[in-house]
Amino acid sequence: MTATMIEVQNVSRAFDMLRAVDDVSLSVGEGEIVGIIGTNGSGKTTLLNLITGYLQPTSGRIVFQGTDITGLGPRRITALGMARSFQTPQLYTGLTVLDNVLIAIAAHSGRGADFWMPMYRRDCLSEADELLARFGLRDQATATVSNLPEGGRKVLDVALSVVLEPKILLMDEPTSGVSARDKFSVMDTLMPALKERRVTTIFVEHDLEIMERYAERGVAFDGGKIIADGPVTDVLARLQVRRAVLGED
Amino acid sequence: MSETAIRPSLPLAAIAAFAVIAVLPLFLSDWIVFLIALALAKGAVVLGVVLLLRGGLISFGHALYFAIGAYTVGFLANRFGIGEALVALPLAIIISALVAATLGLLLTRFRGIYFAMLSLALSMILYTVLIKFYDLTGGTDGLSVRGFALAGVTPTHPALVQYYLVLVLTVAVVYVGARFLASPLGYLMQAVRYNEIRIEYLGASASRAILASYVVSGAISGLGGALVAYLIGHVSPELAFWVSSGDFVFVAVLGGTGSVLAPFVGSIAFEFVKNYALKFSPHTWKLTLGVFLLLVIYFQPQGLWTLLTRLRAKPR
Repeated sequence: MTATMIEVQNVSRAFDMLRAVDDVSLSVGEGEIVGIIGTNGSGKTTLLNLITGYLQPTSGRIVFQGTDITGLGPRRITALGMARSFQTPQLYTGLTVLDNVLIAIAAHSGRGADFWMPMYRRDCLSEADELLARFGLRDQATATVSNLPEGGRKVLDVALSVVLEPKILLMDEPTSGVSARDKFSVMDTLMPALKERRVTTIFVEHDLEIMERYAERGVAFDGGKIIADGPVTDVLARLQVRRAVLGED
Repeated sequence: MSETAIRPSLPLAAIAAFAVIAVLPLFLSDWIVFLIALALAKGAVVLGVVLLLRGGLISFGHALYFAIGAYTVGFLANRFGIGEALVALPLAIIISALVAATLGLLLTRFRGIYFAMLSLALSMILYTVLIKFYDLTGGTDGLSVRGFALAGVTPTHPALVQYYLVLVLTVAVVYVGARFLASPLGYLMQAVRYNEIRIEYLGASASRAILASYVVSGAISGLGGALVAYLIGHVSPELAFWVSSGDFVFVAVLGGTGSVLAPFVGSIAFEFVKNYALKFSPHTWKLTLGVFLLLVIYFQPQGLWTLLTRLRAKPR
């Protein structure tokens, strides 16, 4: 049995009268690849925001590798080894792809406040080059991020998180906004790179094909609650999930 | 194009520019040499403004550090009889940095218009203090700066010595500024402008990056103020007035933010346009300055600096 990476214990989050996440408990083990599925407004992204400190829970606890991280902000949670990507990639759009990666490398190595040594150093460039090659972005290294296609931005958003050598990565809809033709190539770039680094992965998705192909465990959300949790094929086959997510009769 | 792309050509351009400026006193009249020295000293303050502008933060209160640097020189010379630049200049830098570190703790909580207005308010507090504490500051009369000395020597031609002192220190400031812009902190400041959320999720702190940049910016601006005090030989509360802060922002826009040299190009252009406008149209010089800025914004929206880079890039 694998060690527990993250444990969400009876977590709720209300926005005025709406309970976006309602008494949710979830445990994810080391090395697991978990896909969270659900309709818009079902509470998937809110759960990710709660785990990563973007939002604070109204009640409940979140424990990361034995440490209670409830109430901690993003920076402190990131320092513990948790990283995330966003539905809308959060990048430095006026800078180049390489600048983005080098900033992440400098921040991770604790050199973010260094105002004397250059950021473009040979060791950092070599690390950045290796990362960009692994994520298929080497050819776009000098491109300004605002000129990248959406798929490229999604991949870069995840690559910046991987720079941090996280123990766990949470991805919010890694293929949203990406064309149907490109969605598999984006995931085929991301998932092997994460597996290679043995990063525990939780990703939120709308797309059943992506879920079936890349998740090992599925968690289905509806109305802020988990309605199914188990092997992904079993979860997607359940009638309750198909009704809630696909609207099937 | 990323702002970083122009970096490789900087050292050569800087060396060439400073070599030309170094020989100017041989050919030009004293008042033009003075004007260039004044522009370079003020350029240091504009660079301080630009360091923050790259993070999307507009400081309408940098006259605060300009005045602190100038009054440090003024107090030492006028109240303690110390005209030694090697004492006054480091002290001006240190005091400015300490004030910036203290006020920065408050300012880093704010962004956008709130940052701009709060920085303006702080500089106006200093302006009022300088006016009201007459016994200490000389009130609206200010303080005269006498007895300039460098390394224990009182020069026979102080204006020329000051010119080269300003030039050497401008080279030093440009070097520090270039290292800053090429450093992780320099890039992190650009990152602040684009996305603070990502900075936090990289485990870095946007507020700390702004604070560190603000201290560097304040220290450089204090040095600029101290040099201006020596050049003019007098300090007055007007140095801390909001118009003075506005001028620094005006020049930052005029020069552009794409290079560490841009603030100095903008500052030289500003001083010359302003002085010639005063000479040829004393009643409408502000209108002339305004039209000049409008023309620059219209034809060179990235500032005068890009005009130089464009001329250099033109095929022969």
